[in-house]
Amino acid sequence: MKFRAKIVDAACLNHFTRVSAMVAKLAKICALRISPQTMNFILSDKVAGGGVSMWCELEQENFFSEFQMEGVSAENNAIYLELTSENLSRALKTAQNARALKVKLTNKHFPCLTVSIELLSVSSSSRIVTHDIPVKVIPRKLWKDLQEPTVPDSDVSIYLPVLKTMKSIVEKMRNLSNHLIIEANLSGDLNLKIETELVCVTTHFKDLGNPPLASEDASQDRDPEQMAEVRIDIRKLLQFLAGQQVNPTRAVCNIVSNKLVHFDLLHEDVSLQYFIPAFS
Amino acid sequence: MKCLVTGGNVKVLGKAVHSLSRIGEELYLEPLEDGLSLRTVNSSRSAYACFLFAPLFFQQYQPAAPGQEAPRCKILMKSFLAAFRSLAMVEKSVEKCCISLNGRSSRLVVQLHCRYGVRKTHNLSFQDCESLQAIFDPALCSHVLRAPARVLGEAVLPFPPALAEVTLGIGCGRRVILRSYQEEEADSSVRAMVTEMSIGEEDFQQLQAQEGAAITFCLKEFRGLLSFAESANLSLSIHFDAPGRPAIFAVKDSLLDGHFVLATMSESDLHSPEPHRLVPPLQAHSTPHLDDFANDDIDSYMIAMETTVDSEGSRAGPSIPLSPGLRPPCSPGPDSEDNDAEPSTEPGTPPPKKFRSLFFGSILSPAHSPPGPSPVLAEDSEGEG
Repeated sequence: MKFRAKIVDAACLNHFTRVSAMVAKLAKICALRISPQTMNFILSDKVAGGGVSMWCELEQENFFSEFQMEGVSAENNAIYLELTSENLSRALKTAQNARALKVKLTNKHFPCLTVSIELLSVSSSSRIVTHDIPVKVIPRKLWKDLQEPTVPDSDVSIYLPVLKTMKSIVEKMRNLSNHLIIEANLSGDLNLKIETELVCVTTHFKDLGNPPLASEDASQDRDPEQMAEVRIDIRKLLQFLAGQQVNPTRAVCNIVSNKLVHFDLLHEDVSLQYFIPAFS
Repeated sequence: MKCLVTGGNVKVLGKAVHSLSRIGEELYLEPLEDGLSLRTVNSSRSAYACFLFAPLFFQQYQPAAPGQEAPRCKILMKSFLAAFRSLAMVEKSVEKCCISLNGRSSRLVVQLHCRYGVRKTHNLSFQDCESLQAIFDPALCSHVLRAPARVLGEAVLPFPPALAEVTLGIGCGRRVILRSYQEEEADSSVRAMVTEMSIGEEDFQQLQAQEGAAITFCLKEFRGLLSFAESANLSLSIHFDAPGRPAIFAVKDSLLDGHFVLATMSESDLHSPEPHRLVPPLQAHSTPHLDDFANDDIDSYMIAMETTVDSEGSRAGPSIPLSPGLRPPCSPGPDSEDNDAEPSTEPGTPPPKKFRSLFFGSILSPAHSPPGPSPVLAEDSEGEG
């Protein structure tokens, strides 16, 4: 297995840094999948995480000026690594004024992702920062748990409001209840509701717009005013929203009634899918 | 005793107290003929810090009332720091600061004369004490580095604020390397990230050290002096010797000088599973090969992995042939034991700290002869650039 990649463009580097910061907020430990065309940050739905799963994908050629990888074998040309996402985020944050950044898979007594940064410096000599991020190589037999999740057929699909607004509302609601109900319909209405013994609070978002229906199927028959709802753990929603430092280029929320909420985001050219199951 | 500080010097004094507060919990204040000395030592006696402010630093400097002996006070650091708690406030509104000790009173008075006629008076209780002395001589250290504080500030930037210890050493090509030091826990399933910063010799005003020389010391304590040096825009010099011998960090200008003396880890303290892991990376990483991507660093290993379908275990146990360029270093194990002539653990040294108590025990006894020549920590490298 071999992996080497290099970023020389400042904008690409900043974008990659932002992506890793977002991943660090969403998953403490995640899987990194490296394949010839893409790089993925994956969190699979383990019970320990409360069933939340995440799939983040980027096209490597949008970031790296050089990219070489050799997977486990020719038929299985991919590398799966497990790492503490905060390490990568911290390492990339030190590359603020970098001339070049190299990342490679190395073995320093244990497998590492080595991030090597050449810093711009006023003096003639260069300064180099190197971070050895310990990783665990995920064996092939576990790869099946880390595949792209199938997008479920949702009852309602709706565009999200400005995430910052949503976050500040959910933050306040968090003080009142551990559970939150997200409901939406095909008329562009989305509600966030909490219900406690003493008080019910609902925030209504209107005219959000719905993405075009994917297929001519039963959802055509759905009453546009009818709400699809799911009750979820509010902390998971808050964690997801906290990870979005910048408002995404596109943000869609898909609700499977009483089962699942699926957030489908696009940050420029990086896609993020985040699944929160219904509170059981 | 009466010391009057005015203008910008009040903030300098405040900053110095902040630095000292990173080290110890008690401040030893002693007005000497050559200036006001503020000293502290940490609880495990593995770090000592002192600032000496020359008489010219003060608008008025009177070490002792005529006919009286100069006082020696030990004050709770927290109490003294309270007067300078907010440096922003000090800078903005304090015009004068007067530190005085009336012979009869049992209080050290720190009085801040602020704008708009506001006066803040701190009456601090103190203890008479013996002079806190540490015996050290930068001139006796075989290695010296000196750089503007800004350079060193930038050098420690990549390291997390929580990092306790760092290794400083000279790598190939006379590059100065700073590397995070993590204690290896035998059963750790979660290893820590290792960060290394490599700086060229040209950034240093003075670099008198051999390749391979390295010491490991407490970064948090060093940051105390570093932040003072950065705010005062001074150069910081680091004097060090063999691992285990204390390292001396110093700043100086015409009106003050500051010294932080920190214990360093000795060879036997560095109980990582590969005890000399410390050194080969200093060589391996030090040469920048960044422009030569195809012909990359020697540590870009191929990871061999079991590729059979029913391979076991989530941790691959790679069997990696070491790249020919990196030889395992010679093992100075037996040597280091012979050379490690440090006194055995001083009483009262808490084990977790790992650093041996410095040198206070030796104030009365003659300094023991330094250990023999340092063991060779690294083989000469060849052909790595």
